[in-house]
Amino acid sequence: MNISLVMFLLFIAITLGITYWASKRSAGTSAYFAASRQIKGWQNGIAVAGDYMSAASFLGIAGIIAFQGYDGFLFSVGWLVAYLTVLLVIAEPLRNAGKYTMADVLAYRLKPRPVRAMASLSTLTVSTFYMIAQMVGAGALVKLLLGGYVTYNKAVIGVGILMIVYVVFGGMLATTWVQIIKAILLMAGTILLSILVMAHFHFSFSDFFGAVAHVSYHDAKGQEVVKDFLQPGLRYKPPYGPLDLISLGLALIFGTAGLPHILVRFYTVPDAKTARHSVVWAMVLIGSFYIMTTFLGFGAATIVGPDFIKTHGGTNMSAPLLANALAGSVFFAFISAIAFATILAVVAGLTISATTSFSHDFWTNVIHNGVERRPGEEVLVARISAFVVGAVAMAIAILLGPTANVAFLVALAFAVAASANLPVIVLSIFWRRFNTAGAVSGLAVGLLASIGLILVSPSLMAIDPPTVTGAARHLIQAKAWFPLENPGILSIPLGFIGAIVGTLVSHEPTSQHKFNELLVRSNTGLGAERAGAH
Amino acid sequence: MAEALRRIDTSQEERYEASQSTWDKIAESQDFKDLMATKRIFIVPAFLFFVVYYFALPVLVGYAPQFMSTKVIGEVNLAYLFALSQFFVAWLIAGLYVKAANNFDRLAKDIVGKAENSKGGK
Repeated sequence: MNISLVMFLLFIAITLGITYWASKRSAGTSAYFAASRQIKGWQNGIAVAGDYMSAASFLGIAGIIAFQGYDGFLFSVGWLVAYLTVLLVIAEPLRNAGKYTMADVLAYRLKPRPVRAMASLSTLTVSTFYMIAQMVGAGALVKLLLGGYVTYNKAVIGVGILMIVYVVFGGMLATTWVQIIKAILLMAGTILLSILVMAHFHFSFSDFFGAVAHVSYHDAKGQEVVKDFLQPGLRYKPPYGPLDLISLGLALIFGTAGLPHILVRFYTVPDAKTARHSVVWAMVLIGSFYIMTTFLGFGAATIVGPDFIKTHGGTNMSAPLLANALAGSVFFAFISAIAFATILAVVAGLTISATTSFSHDFWTNVIHNGVERRPGEEVLVARISAFVVGAVAMAIAILLGPTANVAFLVALAFAVAASANLPVIVLSIFWRRFNTAGAVSGLAVGLLASIGLILVSPSLMAIDPPTVTGAARHLIQAKAWFPLENPGILSIPLGFIGAIVGTLVSHEPTSQHKFNELLVRSNTGLGAERAGAH
Repeated sequence: MAEALRRIDTSQEERYEASQSTWDKIAESQDFKDLMATKRIFIVPAFLFFVVYYFALPVLVGYAPQFMSTKVIGEVNLAYLFALSQFFVAWLIAGLYVKAANNFDRLAKDIVGKAENSKGGK
């Protein structure tokens, strides 16, 4: 029997056990959505790191560095530094003033219904796009790893059913623990791989970097080339490369603090101080992980080589192939199982943030004016919507198929978070004059600008040669109107302008009067939601 | 479950609620102004510093790749060392913030204590 399969099944068994344990502790709204706010700082820190270190980071970054060297490492840097925005600006005010979602903070001073409806739409957009990217990745990965046993469609359905089970039965508590176990596995696997890479170079950094400076492979024309992989510019080439790099940086620095599945995590801890400590824990883990992508990516480039990876599953297989080259099939199975666990945990985290926003913001507060008609209704709606979200994501992932180009969906999720969510959160906490019209237009402009610019970017608009067929073809066969893959550099300012203009053209005295209340609550924690069973 | 109809928006019963004038009074008190000033003195420069330091990386790497390819230690170039330094700078700022935030907590606790006491006395 395949060792990978055994390890997958072991992980699934453990997480289902946790879900069963959590299901008995998930009665009540705050228990279901926020794990009763009793998660400890270090636990939440690990869970935040787990939610963040998706398959895109583990497999994707290792692959980009293995093929494009130093430029790939720039992703790693941005992904950690972004947490300073979360730490300095967002985490504590959010925990102090909100309850379950980011819209709670907006609804303080603004008219709750329009604001929550828009915030919920933006949350669902970010979560769904991100989830589809993960699902397509999961299907393709499982197919590669367990080709003989599982097809793409079966893999997608399996991942979908598991994530629904975690979320429906175990709520936030189960999702958090799945995330913690996965993060620990991922760190362990990464540390082991890094040590093995260094052992390969006899623990000599000069040997290691010496090899990195002379990576040989065959380029697109079949010519053998030797490149210094420490040199910048292999991915981001002029004329637009440098600008794209800055645009990506903006989306990461401002987008991370607007990602709904990260923001909901700060409601699971008892208070703002614990939220702060959990960000620091997350930064230690995330930073160490991304520094180690140096060994994973450069290790794959030097030990396995881009040529071999290209013919054995492609970029995303760099890390598993590296494991195979260094320590054989058992280690390959272990790293593959970690990659699978990573995808599963991240989709569960995305699902719970989407369902929380739908049931808390949209169902209870927009449709029913903030009144829960029967006890437990909000949780019931969340459970039902978890089914719907899961089914929709599965259906889209199957429709797109394993060859679909979905990397842009992750860029889109960050762009929407940075251009729609972040401006309105920041302005509502810091700007007295801000009002409902501003929030609605900021969210709408940020959302539309991100989606619109991605639609006309090189990710979706390009002229393919006739040899490229099916889902791998670009959606629009024409020269891209917007030259950058990352819309942040334009869409983030547009989001802010939308919010500011919307505010200035309208008057809303109550929003200005209530600013003091939000200011005091968010900065002191006076009246913040407390930990407890209810 | 006695409460068949339960308001679950922000106006839940266990929350601290106060009149508009109370919030205004706290917001305009010297204690609160001190808290905000203390926070601002740390957070604004820290935020600006990290944003400038971080964006220096893509700008330099993107527009001065030759300079950034200068080898410093063996094969390791300036670009890699600058990227690596970002991790340590981020950790350093986070550490300094946690230290500074102990002061914020102390000031905030006084404000919360006073507000809850005056409410209890009514």
